[in-house]
Amino acid sequence: MARSLDFKALILSLGLLAVLVFAWYQATLPQATPAASANPEYTALMGGNSVAKSGMPTPAEFARTFRRQLAHPFYDHGPNDKGIGIELGYSLARVLAGFTLAALFAIPLGFVLGMSPLMQRAFNPYIQLLKPISPLAWMPLALYTIKDASASAIFVIFICSLWPMLSNTARGVATVKRDWLNVAKTLEMSVWRTALRVILPAAAPTILIGMRISMGIAWLVIVAAEMLVGGTGIGYFVWNEWNNLSLTNVLFAVLMIGLVGLLLDLIFGGLSRLVAYED
Amino acid sequence: MSSDFLTVEGLSRTFPARRGEAPPAVFDDIYFSIGKGEVVCIIGHSGCGKSTILNILAGLDQPSAGVVIMDGREVVGPSLDRGVVFQGHALLPWLSVRKNIEFAVRSRWPNWSGAILDSHCQRFVDLVGLNGSEHKNPSALSGGMKQRVGIARAFSIQPKMLLLDEPFGALDALTRGTIQDELLKICAVTGQTVFMITHDVDEAILLSDRIILMTNGPRARIAEIVINTLPRNRARSDMHKNPQYYRIRNHLVDFLVSRSRDLALAPARDSDPRHPPQVRPGEANDEPPADSLPAKKQPALQLA
Repeated sequence: MARSLDFKALILSLGLLAVLVFAWYQATLPQATPAASANPEYTALMGGNSVAKSGMPTPAEFARTFRRQLAHPFYDHGPNDKGIGIELGYSLARVLAGFTLAALFAIPLGFVLGMSPLMQRAFNPYIQLLKPISPLAWMPLALYTIKDASASAIFVIFICSLWPMLSNTARGVATVKRDWLNVAKTLEMSVWRTALRVILPAAAPTILIGMRISMGIAWLVIVAAEMLVGGTGIGYFVWNEWNNLSLTNVLFAVLMIGLVGLLLDLIFGGLSRLVAYED
Repeated sequence: MSSDFLTVEGLSRTFPARRGEAPPAVFDDIYFSIGKGEVVCIIGHSGCGKSTILNILAGLDQPSAGVVIMDGREVVGPSLDRGVVFQGHALLPWLSVRKNIEFAVRSRWPNWSGAILDSHCQRFVDLVGLNGSEHKNPSALSGGMKQRVGIARAFSIQPKMLLLDEPFGALDALTRGTIQDELLKICAVTGQTVFMITHDVDEAILLSDRIILMTNGPRARIAEIVINTLPRNRARSDMHKNPQYYRIRNHLVDFLVSRSRDLALAPARDSDPRHPPQVRPGEANDEPPADSLPAKKQPALQLA
């Protein structure tokens, strides 16, 4: 039953892909311009071509670019010409740095907020105020104080990764079953041992949900941040190819951003399964 | 009677007021004691504060007034000396059966490791008949098996006293019987002191030496303490053949059906909370002795 459902879904997915590619192919077909309306001299100046070419690549052109880019993902021909692997690597490194810093800050703080209603109430107004701010709004302040473009991008990732991890950790810790904490108490366990052996495993699934959301947001934000700070990274690559008017490369980068985001989400999905428990 | 291992004196608990007016105490002026190796059950309707009393004995809750003294020391917080079997078993779902027991044993003896730790844990897995399931997670166990792990965990730290909060309430009759027998066997071997909450009259008669009867809450009090006059080697299989069993049972059921309410509304004349009447249903002085304590002694006792 489940297998046949999977099979049907696969067939439908492939069908959908075929329809999309065909629509794309139709939309980018070269169109003959009415020759009568064109000035022959103008046509000659423009290269003597009587066929207007759309800026959008055809599926075939895209496939060629795809193959060429992936054949040499790590070449480096100077600041504005690097392989897609290198650009993605820069972006991933920034995301991991900002995300790790945020995790190191948010998870311990979330523990404190979850375990102490007093701290939760004291911190809550600030969290509620800061949470809805777009991480990119911090960019000018970051550039002014940190004075380094790449570090500013990391700071922006840090800020946007912070909130989901903080609130999920606090919630996960605060909602640990009373009974489990009572077990720890009757066993005279220290606060540290209780936190590590009872609260952490009990709250881990909720904490991981927070980490997964944070990672998703971080990957969304890094593209925009790198468009602003420039230099390296997949966001800069997209902006640079727009300036080159190479929509083929832009399209290719967009697809790669999606694939890497999917991969990151799968990794966190796997981690979630590792800490899941059935009560 | 050597009832001085655990003493409860003047215990009362009031929960914080909501919107101004202070609610009445859940229970008030509770006095009783438990001797070493004794099994005592407490029976009463919901809301009479049985679980709160147990939590106070465990050190998980603080009384509004009164003290609990165990083994010559006041109970001020949770302790490894008092093992608790929780109503909802409270196993850690991410640990296997063995690891759940090991978790408790490591807290008791932090320096143990290797063979001694393994053999100790395995002993208690075997004790509750769970060998073969020790590597399963709690979610893979039936309700009865989970409760057995809870019991094994509580026993494994070899506490001076065991506190059981309706441990068999959620089990079907067949499983309950099996685990009751096991508990009886373990208690007979180890001479464990036990305090237990139950709703089940038969369970109380089977397991306990004395049964504390609570009036209905709020302001619940101990109405009387029933002494189980059945021989201590009683068994579930033949207990009902003893006519004495029915006298005790009728007394308890009668209490739960009507007297627990009547006594809550109108306390027995000359009742003294410090010395709740001890009754032996079916024997000569069947009813609560009306004149065991002269009424005029009461004020002096309360001042003391």
